[in-house]
Amino acid sequence: MMAEMAQEPRKEVTLRVFRGVGNDPSSHRYDTFTVPHEDGMVVLNAIHYIQSHFDSSLSARWNCKAGRCGSCSAEINEVPRLMCKTPVDKFEGEITVEPMRAFPLVRDLATDVSDNWAVGMSIPPFTPRTGLKEPWTIKQEDVERSREMRKCIECFLCQDVCHVVREHKADYIGPRWVVKAASLDMHPLDGINRSDFLKDQAGLGYCNITKCCQEICPEHIIITDDAIIPEKERVVDRHYDPLVWAYRKLRGSK
Amino acid sequence: MWSKESPVKNIPKDDSSYETITCDVLIVGAGGAGMRAAIASFDGGADTLIVCKTLLGKAHTVMAEGGIAASLGNIDPNDSWEVHFSDTIVEGQSISNWKTAYIYAKEVVDRVYELEQYGALFDRTDDGKIMQRPFGAHTYRRLCYIGDRTGLELIRTLEDQVLKRKIPFMDEVEITALFKDATGRACAALAIKNRTGELLLIQFKAIILATGGCGKVYEVTSNSYESTGDGLSLAYRAGADLMDMEMMQFHPTGMIYPAGVRGLLVTEAVRGEGGILTNVKGERFMERYDPKRKELSARDIVARSIYTEIIEGRGTANGAVYLDITKRGPEYIKKKLPSMYYQFLEFAGVDITKQKMEVAPTVHYHMGGVRADPETAGTNVPGFYAAGEVACGLHGANRLGGNSLGDILVFGRRAGIAAARFAKENSMGRAAGQDIEGEVKRILAPFDSPNGTNPFALKERIAATMWKHVGIVRNEKDLRAGLADIDVIAEDAKRVEAKGPRIYNESWVASIQVWNMVLECRAIITSALERTESRGAHTRSDYPAKDDAHWLANIITRDDGGKMVHEVVPVQKPPPEVAALIKE
Ligand SMILES: Cc1cc2nc3c(=O)[nH]c(=O)nc-3n(C[C@H](O)[C@H](O)[C@H](O)COP(=O)(O)OP(=O)(O)OC[C@H]3O[C@@H](n4cnc5c(N)ncnc54)[C@H](O)[C@@H]3O)c2cc1C
Ligand code: SF4
Ligand code: SF4
Ligand code: FES
Repeated sequence: MMAEMAQEPRKEVTLRVFRGVGNDPSSHRYDTFTVPHEDGMVVLNAIHYIQSHFDSSLSARWNCKAGRCGSCSAEINEVPRLMCKTPVDKFEGEITVEPMRAFPLVRDLATDVSDNWAVGMSIPPFTPRTGLKEPWTIKQEDVERSREMRKCIECFLCQDVCHVVREHKADYIGPRWVVKAASLDMHPLDGINRSDFLKDQAGLGYCNITKCCQEICPEHIIITDDAIIPEKERVVDRHYDPLVWAYRKLRGSK
Repeated sequence: MWSKESPVKNIPKDDSSYETITCDVLIVGAGGAGMRAAIASFDGGADTLIVCKTLLGKAHTVMAEGGIAASLGNIDPNDSWEVHFSDTIVEGQSISNWKTAYIYAKEVVDRVYELEQYGALFDRTDDGKIMQRPFGAHTYRRLCYIGDRTGLELIRTLEDQVLKRKIPFMDEVEITALFKDATGRACAALAIKNRTGELLLIQFKAIILATGGCGKVYEVTSNSYESTGDGLSLAYRAGADLMDMEMMQFHPTGMIYPAGVRGLLVTEAVRGEGGILTNVKGERFMERYDPKRKELSARDIVARSIYTEIIEGRGTANGAVYLDITKRGPEYIKKKLPSMYYQFLEFAGVDITKQKMEVAPTVHYHMGGVRADPETAGTNVPGFYAAGEVACGLHGANRLGGNSLGDILVFGRRAGIAAARFAKENSMGRAAGQDIEGEVKRILAPFDSPNGTNPFALKERIAATMWKHVGIVRNEKDLRAGLADIDVIAEDAKRVEAKGPRIYNESWVASIQVWNMVLECRAIITSALERTESRGAHTRSDYPAKDDAHWLANIITRDDGGKMVHEVVPVQKPPPEVAALIKE
């Protein structure tokens, strides 16, 4: 990251920001703004500066400004990133900020990500095994296995970068939702199997393991290697090797 | 390239039409309090609707780090709800509602286990129980946690329960006003659907306000964008009592550098895990202010101590003190405090496993809020409930770490149960047409304000004023100067301008938030002027002593015919058997 940094301390930052309303292509354009540089400045700081000093009609979605909520997703110099976590010093020269392309545009930098909820609702929810003694006892190492998948902040940047989601949206639930299914599957006390769902409804087979999603995840979740591939293996086990599956189920390790 | 069908509609800027929808229980806010309330209301058989002004799952609660305080006694078997109750009252400097604290300490244990059964995965002890970490001013190790991402897991778990039940929700919808019917019952709310720019009237039988805090009225704050305290304004304008508005918690440790992240929280868990505070001379200064508890003293004390070190010239060049956790070693730190590790590495280029952090106080939590009944979370307006940070009663003059995540679960649930019951027993009220028309006119005004003021700039001015004049240490002169500034800003806010089309117009909702913020700031400052003593988070240099003779009391703020007035109400004394539990 540091290698890309500018040599001289810079005084200003220039941003090229996408503008326009979703249903009106004639309104689409890029506005250029130059804002004063500040130490530790992130792209979202620059957007705020534009709003309070140059153009209050600029719209962008954000909330925590701390990389925790996953609201401020955008494409910055063509890579999906969080605006609040992307230092302007990462780039030399002009910075282009655009809305995520995989989602319908609302206005300026805000897109409509609401389709995600229907997908979320389709995933079989956490279902504890029956007959567990309360309060539950769980091993810390089992907690840690699932933890990685639970770091997801639902920024949907991985959905944005995934070519399968972009091209066959309806057929594949996308990396965020495989991570979700994996987080439930890895819950040590979860009692159901999501393999049928992943194979038949979720279109997991469409993913061709390009790993683009795991490269950009701001929470450093190893999406492809730790969620998608193990889930794909489980689908294979369940559908082509019932013995393996039954054996695992008996041992309680799913 | 953004050709996919878009939700956009073209709405003329002056279009005053609105769609009307109905529900039994309307829940405003989808933080922990709102979602837990929704689950309880839905399970209670009410037709429930959640609205929130940001995206579902993004509420301010996601930022919570350290944990939920509950006396499970997994690490310290001597812990009990009685001790938790006592800690809460004592550290709240005796102005909490005792009954609220009593119910809280008893019930929060169940709420933690319930959250686990909903699917949250807490850190564990060696024997597989829920792990508990120490936190400031808690007698025992009491915070149940999920690394330093407790809030994220809490939100996601409740979100899953909401989705599982298919409870209807509408996100990016901003409530601008509440209406009452002729009998004085809350019955409807007006809203802006941000993604389309349309107006919406929601009629209900009962409403639960779960809008969170107002930390964004300060410049240096750990709070999210959405924490503009809208709920306080909504409640005040609807005739509900606000209480202890002057009680704003300053968290001792926020990031100070670089400027872009100033105020970002450094979780108390860093001190809970053994972090040491030192000044620029290398002194462990907490030994002077609280020799017994040191870094794990109450938040108000640690915040004031750091403030004093900095003001008296023992701070760093950046106006901070040091916080050092390096002795724990990289592996432990990355496991127990992963978010902190990345936060410093990515935002400040500081590796906290090798380097000290620079920290200074940051605005964190509003103890004050809408006065709520301990049993039902009801307000003085029938059919109107308030839970979570927007409500007031539990934390007194100083909130204990971990007591907020517990608060939102305990009283979110209680509000949901009570509201569902109220909805069952009552029919739908009707708002007066002229009230609705008046509100529509009010909120469309920013579109008809050519060359008006910039709402984002106004927000910055409000925040700067509050930080300068209504900070950690207050006095009458500063408070009056702050009030005068707010008056000027209020004048400028009358000409606030929304620019651009109705659709996803941040400058429009920000304009309305500016009006809310002005109202809240007035309530905070005038309450702070009223309380002529120092108690907990409220420190007056002109009244440095705690004055139990006069101020074992709450300050109510309410609207009296268009004028903001205060009433000082003595704190209710607990019955003797409960009082006996309180160990100063
Ligand atoms: C960085 C940080 C760390 C913290 N760590 C801890 C911790 O470890 N332990 C602990 O106990 N507490 C902690 N807290 C405090 C705690 O997180 C909050 O007090 C708590 O989450 C508040 O929850 P809530 O449900 O009341 O409100 P919020 O989570 O703030 O949610 C408010 C909701 O109301 C909605 N809303 C607001 N206004 C409107 C409107 N006008 N119209 C429609 N919707 C609206 C918002 O969109 C949002 O959905 C922390 C706070 C911060 C800032
Ligand atoms: S690895 Fe799979 S899910 Fe991830 S971007 Fe590639 S195709 Fe999409
Ligand atoms: S998996 Fe990573 S990139 Fe995808 S939504 Fe979650 S946090 Fe974002
Ligand atoms: S604003 Fe929350 S992740 Fe950027």
